[in-house]
Amino acid sequence: MTQRLTQALDFQAQALMLRSERQRLIASNIANADTPGYQAREMDFSRALREATGSLAVAGQLATTQAGHIAPIAGARDEAELLYASHSQDSVDRNTVDLERERHSAVENAVKYEATLRFINGSVRNMLDAMKGPNQG
Amino acid sequence: MSMLNIFDVSGSAASAQSQRLNTVASNLANADTVAGPDGQAYKARQVVFQTTLMGEVGAAGVRVSNISEDQTPGRRVHDPKHPAADGQGYVTYSNVNPIEEMVNMISASRSYQNNIEVMNTAKSLMLKTLQLGQG
Repeated sequence: MTQRLTQALDFQAQALMLRSERQRLIASNIANADTPGYQAREMDFSRALREATGSLAVAGQLATTQAGHIAPIAGARDEAELLYASHSQDSVDRNTVDLERERHSAVENAVKYEATLRFINGSVRNMLDAMKGPNQG
Repeated sequence: MSMLNIFDVSGSAASAQSQRLNTVASNLANADTVAGPDGQAYKARQVVFQTTLMGEVGAAGVRVSNISEDQTPGRRVHDPKHPAADGQGYVTYSNVNPIEEMVNMISASRSYQNNIEVMNTAKSLMLKTLQLGQG
């Protein structure tokens, strides 16, 4: 029963995790804006979210076909699933960070993170309201 | 806790950029020093940045891997009356190019600001996450 109550929250929780992971990725790109040879990384957010919520099979993930197999941690992704950002301009030191784009994605990602937080807050409030008795105001 | 890692990443970048500012400061301070008794003037220094992994996948910080010295010959000025002049009357100054250093300084301070802003954003997001379910 409680699981059915929190099911709606699980999707938003996964989205929140992925948003924070993407924020970290963008922070790494901005931190390495002056590092020679650094290749900017990016993640395919919608694909990652579909993989994390189980509606899409994770590419290259180990399948558990026998009872003794150890299942991979839910939502765990590895280095291979991060993409390399395509770069608009070549630079002499082979650095591919586009600072304008990174700043823009940082702001966009922060706003969407906050939006996810509000969705979670909203559904928590809905649930609490539903639990209240008729004369509890 | 993946958000906490942002402070490691941006903090490492901010400290690397401040080290770069430090070398700019010492280069500019020594822009007009002349060759010492050994005939060697001050050589401009440059930091070399390198990516360093911060524990988790996708968290890449920065560190200063090396401080290299610029090996171009120093500026030579004909001034026989100068006490540091050599046999032919030339004084060797350091090879610091003040214009390059100023550009370097602006670039370093902008990068520093960028990283601080990333940390501020992460901080406010984390504080809002802490208030989850209370509002």
